[in-house]
This record gives sequence, structure tokens and C-alpha cells, in this order.
Amino acid sequence: MSIQNREAFLDKLASRLGRERRTSGVERPQWSVTPQDEVFKGMSQDELVDVLEKHCKVIHTTFKRTDRDGLAKVLNETLEAYEGKLIITSKDARYQEYGVTDFFEEQKEKLDVHVWDSALGKENQKIAERADVGIVFSDITLAESGTVTSFNTKDNGRSISLLPRTFIAIIPKSTLVPRMTQAARHIHQAQANGEDVPSYVSFITGPSNSADIEMNLIVGVHGPVKATYIVVD
Amino acid sequence: MSIKIGEIPYKERIQKGIKDDFMRQAVSSAQGRFRTGRLTQAEELGNWEDWRNLGEEIRTHTLENLDYYLQQLSEQVSRRGGHVFFAETAEEANQYVKEIILKKQAKKVVKAKSMVTEEIGLNKALEEVGAEVVESDLGEWILQLDEDPPSHIVTPALHKNKQQIRETFAKKKGYTGSDTPEELAAFAREQLRQDFLAADVGVTGCNFAIAESGSITLVTNEGNAEMVTALPDTVITVMGMERIVPTWEEMEVLVSLLTRAAVGQKLTSYITALTGARLDEEIDGPEEFHLVVVDNGRSKILGTEFQSALHCIRCAACINACPVYRHIGGHAYNSIYPGPIGAVITPLLEGYDDHKELPYASTLCAACTEACPVKIPLHEHLIRHRQIIVEKEKKAPTAEKLMMKGFAAWASNPSIYNMSAKMAKPALGPWTKDGMIENGPGPLKAWTEVRDFYAPQGQSFRSWFKQRQKDGESK
Repeated sequence: MSIQNREAFLDKLASRLGRERRTSGVERPQWSVTPQDEVFKGMSQDELVDVLEKHCKVIHTTFKRTDRDGLAKVLNETLEAYEGKLIITSKDARYQEYGVTDFFEEQKEKLDVHVWDSALGKENQKIAERADVGIVFSDITLAESGTVTSFNTKDNGRSISLLPRTFIAIIPKSTLVPRMTQAARHIHQAQANGEDVPSYVSFITGPSNSADIEMNLIVGVHGPVKATYIVVD
Repeated sequence: MSIKIGEIPYKERIQKGIKDDFMRQAVSSAQGRFRTGRLTQAEELGNWEDWRNLGEEIRTHTLENLDYYLQQLSEQVSRRGGHVFFAETAEEANQYVKEIILKKQAKKVVKAKSMVTEEIGLNKALEEVGAEVVESDLGEWILQLDEDPPSHIVTPALHKNKQQIRETFAKKKGYTGSDTPEELAAFAREQLRQDFLAADVGVTGCNFAIAESGSITLVTNEGNAEMVTALPDTVITVMGMERIVPTWEEMEVLVSLLTRAAVGQKLTSYITALTGARLDEEIDGPEEFHLVVVDNGRSKILGTEFQSALHCIRCAACINACPVYRHIGGHAYNSIYPGPIGAVITPLLEGYDDHKELPYASTLCAACTEACPVKIPLHEHLIRHRQIIVEKEKKAPTAEKLMMKGFAAWASNPSIYNMSAKMAKPALGPWTKDGMIENGPGPLKAWTEVRDFYAPQGQSFRSWFKQRQKDGESK
């Protein structure tokens, strides 16, 4: 793909910096301090779940915790609370593995579930726009900030967590890390090993909100108006 | 619109700000809340100074190697199916974007909040080629409907109250609801959702570009940047050339500093990294992605004593700490970048001619420097600006020049000096109350408009000293 006007532009920067152009050989220095590694250092997964639960109150997100056997029941309760009839989910083997696919099958009289299907093209977005609930599995969960990380792919459209009125994230306990540091490091290392980052990585922390009108917090602006996290042991 | 937001003279802008009671109260309360949020977050971490040191180190290293990292970024964006355009001037950047709009025959453009596109006046340029441009950040949308410039980097419509917003919605969009913030926001959501779905092109700014992977990171609470990048088939990101980090690891540190310093949040609701065009079989995201890297005067700052001003991550912590901003509000700076950082970078980007007063809009109390999460020595830059304005540019305010000239003549003539020193107390008697002058005459007026002046004492130091010596001798 095209790159225009680069050489003159960068030559000028080098000249302003009083040296020759640097096109190779620049290494990141060893930073003198790394405070980001100290946050919640050495905490167990259960302790991180506690941190996440506490922070959910700050980010206006309903927190629920269950095990695989209890997931269907908790999901059902959440969908009822959200009056969720039309549901859109990513296409992910974990729905089968965690028994969610079976639950949807049992509820098919009551629920209209659309699984993201790249073959359908833009129709997926139209369904997401009408949907009451969008559901994704978290890939990496940041305890400190209450953040779900979603690596978007052809099977996990960006619209799922964005367009429906409400949002549910299923969080396998094993995905919890202390903070964004660990997620960023994971992506950096993959990149350094020659693995491309997904075209879109979403860090989602609760429902959308704004304080633009007289500094009043309004939950639910362009994205979902409500969010629930379900941590599965 | 460009960096400069109007033609009203500085003093009138200040008076307008000082007389706007709602704005002053809103700014003061917002400053309080933002500052408390930032301080609470800093205290909770316990090692905030380490974080600031790390932030400063990252910014210093990146700017010192800016050519290298921009090259790496452009290679990676291109490898991931994107186009990169390096724009030396605002005109070049606007021209490039206009050509894309024309080529795509785009009718509707949705935008996520972007300071740099305000700076280069992109909206106007796009309207020239017949595109409807819709700002999608709630605050920006309000300002766009009202044709009003932003007054704060983080909460741009801070100066408006809900009744004014209701009136704007009613007049421009036929809104009939109440002035409760929830109802107003719900109306905006409904209106803007249609724009997101109908847009041909999305335009965003860039909080941080990541050189190693060619990713663009966007930080929002509303989710509008996500809409703008997920739905239209063409996305154009415009970035100031300095908004870049080496790897994801540094992005993470700076995003953590940004959200904490800006609003006291650990992270905002959405942090999104967009890398190039969408991949095969992906539905969301652009099939065509363009990155426009803008200089527009920034390179003049590189390699100078002001280089660290380019470290700014646009968190507005300095603005929220500034006692001058508190009293005069954002519009008084006449720049889309208000507050201490605005007073530092606006004259650097646009020269002193139109902005020579800005470095004086500071008490030099250093609250800004202390608040800055990447340790830009803001008040020192302001002092340096003042030195340059007086010594090199010879642009000291006329009143100050006359006063200094007068002072020199007066102080170098002992008899005039002695006589006027003696006369000062009785002469200023009518304006003196409890030893203070609150509303002084003549040249004192400008001073006493903003603070009280100590009334001259009856006895001068010299006569007191003479008296004391005499008393000593007589003992």
C-alpha cells in the first residue's frame, strides 16, 4: 500500500534533531523504573476475581460469579433482567465447551440467537444493531480496571460488543491478569515473534458513558447502556 | 477553524470569561472533580512519581528517535493494507483527505473527537467538497450544532449549561424533550446512531500510534470512536506526528497515565487498537484505511529548548490545576489548546504575533508542572516564552514598556523619587481602606482589578533608617 512524502518529511525531522536519519539500530532502552509490574504482583486468580468484583461497582457493571454447571442459570437470569430476546454472539468453540450452546438450544422457543457468520456479510451488523444483547467471551481480563479484552476476528465481529442495547461478557477465571500490562506484553511478544496482531483489539470497561453535559455521568451513550460480567470458575 | 478560534482581543476575552458566572462555576467544579480523581488514583498507586518518571523517559526516547519510529509505523501500516500520507502543512493534510472524499463520492463523514483535525480546520475543508461532517463525541456534537469552539481538551462543552444544550437541540434538531442530561443524551444517541450507520467515511484522531505493529489506539468513554472505525468502509486517521510510542508496552503505560491524569479513571470504557484495513472475511472495520501524519509546525519545536512540549499526551491535567484557567475559562486563550499547555504550544505552532499574551496568562505557581503526568516543565517554558517575547521579539505589552520607561526616569532622579515617595500616602488616601487599595486610579487600576494593592506607608525606609540612627546616637 502507498506511503507518500515520507523521505523529505523524516529527513527534515532528523535535521531538526541535529543528526543523520535513523532508519535502523534504535533499541528501546531499559527503563529506569517499571512500576506497572508491581500492581497486584503475585496475587492468586481468586484474589484477582475479588479485585475485579470490587471494581465492577465503579464501572457500573453487574458482577456475577458461577461455575460451568451454574452458567446457564446465571445467563438466563441476566437475559431476563435485560429483557433479551434477540441475542448476538461471537462464533467461538467455548460456547459449546461451557454448555452455552446447549442452553440456547433448550431456550430456542424464547430466544432468537444469532451467531456471527462471516458468510452473511453486512447482515451481521444489521442484526447486531437490532439485538437486545451482545455476548462475547473475554480473551484476557484485566482485574485492576475491570476490563474485558476481545481480539476481534472474522468470527468475533466488533459490532457484537458495540451495537446491541446491552452487553454480557463471559469471563473464564483463567483469563484474569493483574492489569493492562500483562495483556500489552502478551501482544508485544506475539508481534516480536512474527505473529500479527488482530486488525482490531478492544479493551472494554463496562458500558459506554459520558460526562459531557454539566459533568453529569450518563451511562449508555453510543454503545451499550448496561453490562454484566459473568466470571466462570 | 484553526488553532486560533476568534478575533476578539485578549482583554475582552478575559472580561467575557470573568463575567460568565455559569462557566466559572462549571469550570471550578470540574477542576475540583478532575483533580480529586487524579490525586486519588495517584495515592492509590502509591508510586505515582515512578509512573511519571517512566512516562517522561518514554516520551523523551520516542521524540529523540521520532524519524525512526515514524518510519517503522508507516512500514507496518502499509504492510497491514493501509495507506500513509505525511503532511507537512494543514493544507496538504486537508487536500489529501478531500481527494479521498471525492474519490469515494462520500456524502456523509462521521468523526470521533480529534484535536488535530480542529487544528487544521478539516471539517470546513470537507464541507467545501460537499460532504456532511458529523462530530460524534457528545460534547463535540453539541458544539458543532451551536457553531461554538471547544473550551477544554477533555470535556469540550464544559462552558455550556443544560438549558443552552436543550435550546440548541430544539432549534437545530427539533428536540421537544426536557433538559435532563439523560434525556438529552438519549436523544443524541438516537440521532447519531443513524449517522454512524449511514456514513461513507469515518475520521478519527489518534491517542497513540504503536510503531511496532502499525496500530492506532483510541481512548473514549462513549464508544463513538469504535462506531466510527467499525462501521464505515473507509476510515481516515489524522495524527499529530508526535503521538507515537515504540511498542504496545509503552502504549499501555501512557494510556494508564492518560486516563488517570485526565479523569481519574483506571481505564476509559473503550480503548481500541485498530491495525490497518480489515482482514479477509471480516465484516466490521474499513476495507480502506488511511493514516495522515501531520507536522503543521511541530518540527519547528524539535531540537529546541521547547522539545518537551511535544511530550504532551493531551490529558488536560495542567488545565484542571490552573488557577488562571479557573477564572477566565478556555475561550479566553483564543486557541483550541487552552490552559498552560495551550499557552506553551500555541505560540510555538503559530508564532507570537497573535498569541503573545498567552505566556502571561499564568501565575507561574507551577501547579501545572506538578500535575503533568509526563513531567513537562510547563511553567519554565512559560517563563522562557516571556523572556523571548521581551528580549528577542521586543513584543512586551505597550503598557508594560511605557511603565518600565517611566519607572526608569522616575527612579533615577533622587529629588523626584523622594518627593513622590513622600506624597504617595496622602495622594492615594482617598482610595485606601484598612491599609489596602481595592480600586486604584490610573496605572494602579489594572493591578487592582485583579488583586488588592498595599497602600504606601507614611514613612519611607530611608527616613525610618535616618531616624533610627539619630535615635541610636542620642542614646
